[in-house]
Amino acid sequence: MPEQRVVDADELILRTERQRKFITGAQAMAEAVKRANVDVAIAYPITPQSEVMHLVGDIWAQGYIRDYYRAEEEYGAMSAIAGAVRGGARAFSATSGPGLLRGLEAIASWPGHRIPVVLGVLTRVVNAPLSIQPDNVEISYLLNCGMVVLHAENQQDVFDFTLAGFVISEKVDVYIPVAVCTEGFFVTHAKGYVNITPEELKLPPRDPYKAPVPPTDCEIPPARIQRDAPVQKSNFMSYLIHAVWQQEIWSSNKRAMRYINHYLGGPIEVVNPGAEVFIVASGCAAAQGREAVRYANMEGLNVGLVKVKSIRPFPEKQVREVLSNAKAIIVPEHNIVGWLAKEVKACIPNSDAVIGGPRVYGGMTLPVELIMERVYDAFGIKKSKKVVV
Amino acid sequence: MPAEILPGPSGYIPIPAVFEDVELSPPGYGLFFGQIVDELTAMREAAKAMLTRRNPTIFPGPKILWGWNAHAMEEAKAILELAAEIPNCRIIPMPDYRPKYPKIDPEAEINPNHPNLTILHNKIEACIFVGVHCHYANLSLRMIRAGTNCFTIALCGELGHEDAMVSIRDLTPEKIRRFREVLIQVREELGISHTPTPPPENPSLPKEEFQTLSVLDYGEYSYLLIPRKDEQVTDTE
Repeated sequence: MPEQRVVDADELILRTERQRKFITGAQAMAEAVKRANVDVAIAYPITPQSEVMHLVGDIWAQGYIRDYYRAEEEYGAMSAIAGAVRGGARAFSATSGPGLLRGLEAIASWPGHRIPVVLGVLTRVVNAPLSIQPDNVEISYLLNCGMVVLHAENQQDVFDFTLAGFVISEKVDVYIPVAVCTEGFFVTHAKGYVNITPEELKLPPRDPYKAPVPPTDCEIPPARIQRDAPVQKSNFMSYLIHAVWQQEIWSSNKRAMRYINHYLGGPIEVVNPGAEVFIVASGCAAAQGREAVRYANMEGLNVGLVKVKSIRPFPEKQVREVLSNAKAIIVPEHNIVGWLAKEVKACIPNSDAVIGGPRVYGGMTLPVELIMERVYDAFGIKKSKKVVV
Repeated sequence: MPAEILPGPSGYIPIPAVFEDVELSPPGYGLFFGQIVDELTAMREAAKAMLTRRNPTIFPGPKILWGWNAHAMEEAKAILELAAEIPNCRIIPMPDYRPKYPKIDPEAEINPNHPNLTILHNKIEACIFVGVHCHYANLSLRMIRAGTNCFTIALCGELGHEDAMVSIRDLTPEKIRRFREVLIQVREELGISHTPTPPPENPSLPKEEFQTLSVLDYGEYSYLLIPRKDEQVTDTE
């Protein structure tokens, strides 16, 4: 392990010269953790959807992380993360599918407890039937927790979102967890080119006193170990305190947008902003959408892409502005429920223009041709031969 | 266009300023009614409110109440200097963040879980939050805006507060003293004559007698101070 030097977050993320590597998405996430000055990583490696926590264990063994252990199960892992973070540590974990849902009660309590942490979510099918194939329906379970949810298209995004995630989550005006999601197998197991920061540079350590809450309430007399006020007593005031507490979490979520702009170049990426028909996609569906735009442009069709990087906070204004003149909006997804299509429909006035699909799930791939069929439909083009998948 | 964040009562449940597009000010700037203004303007508006509205009160929070470092102690000193320049100013502390059951003593303290009880009981129409952790300050500011007509001012060591009528960020002891200078100037412009007077003692708290203080005076928390059986404390700060 090389001697690591602490550099300013902006310097590390935005300005250092990067090296090009050919690595998997799982490796990209571990490489980001290596540079994030993480104190503790806690894992419960269910039937592996990715090797992220295995690789993070390796970098712990190499000395990049101060502590690492395997919890008794996901609920225990996510609860231990909360304890470590309250104690002032910078923490990391990763999970997927059924593991995510098993830990969800603890995860959903992180934002309200003001737990800044990064959680890798390497999506897989939610049982039953049992499967370990990629399907991102589990992201929909995270959308109402209050946490920041980023969705990575490729290995480069995984590296960038993970590293920036630590910085965003620890901003005093944000201070809620960041989930970095990406598709298992399609991204985690496939290799791609990633420009990564030098191994010998790392983020500054977490400063637990730079916080909107005391690191632990033991420091504020009278001492107590829980941060959540016991507001369950039945009177009007307790209802109101819970209401404004929830508001504070969602305000913090919205405040994350300024840092998403700063570190990730904004919550969306737009290709061909003057297009008649748009493909709106997140995660690796955006990669297929990008390819569909290329196909369409080769055929002289004016198609654009909106890649949504940040699902929470959802970039309502930006999406509404880009799509204001769209004739049709195609939303390809890797899940059956179409959570992204619903988000898009909810934030634009012309929701009839949204074509919810194509959707694939259960581990199926998303062929570009499937998206192109919707493109042809949107332009009223009748193809004599439909693509057989 | 961000909404105007005006004194309440705004209604049954407040709408957070962030939901209405109010953003925190950049360094060197403050917020006045939800709009970004230069820091001097923010300070002048805060001074006007504290000098002209009824029962101006400063609510110091744990970050400066408990002298846990030299910076906190210096800020506390600067706050006392500021309070002395505001006619009829009172100091009511927010010493911790636990809800007070069965009933808060609103003359003794304010609490983020039900801050409006203290505001309404004391008919406070202008107040300063200082040294309160941002999360709890935001809860308080929003509840106060919902249920009272109090003009809230946030002096924040971090990035400020959207729900306050005036927000000043990156607070230091020097900045508190600069605010005091601005306040004196505004006071003179308004023709208010005042001799610097320390705020009154908190009427609800017993006088602290450090000479005779016993661990038992800490009531249910005394066990935190009493050494365990056979424990010998030899090393002290």
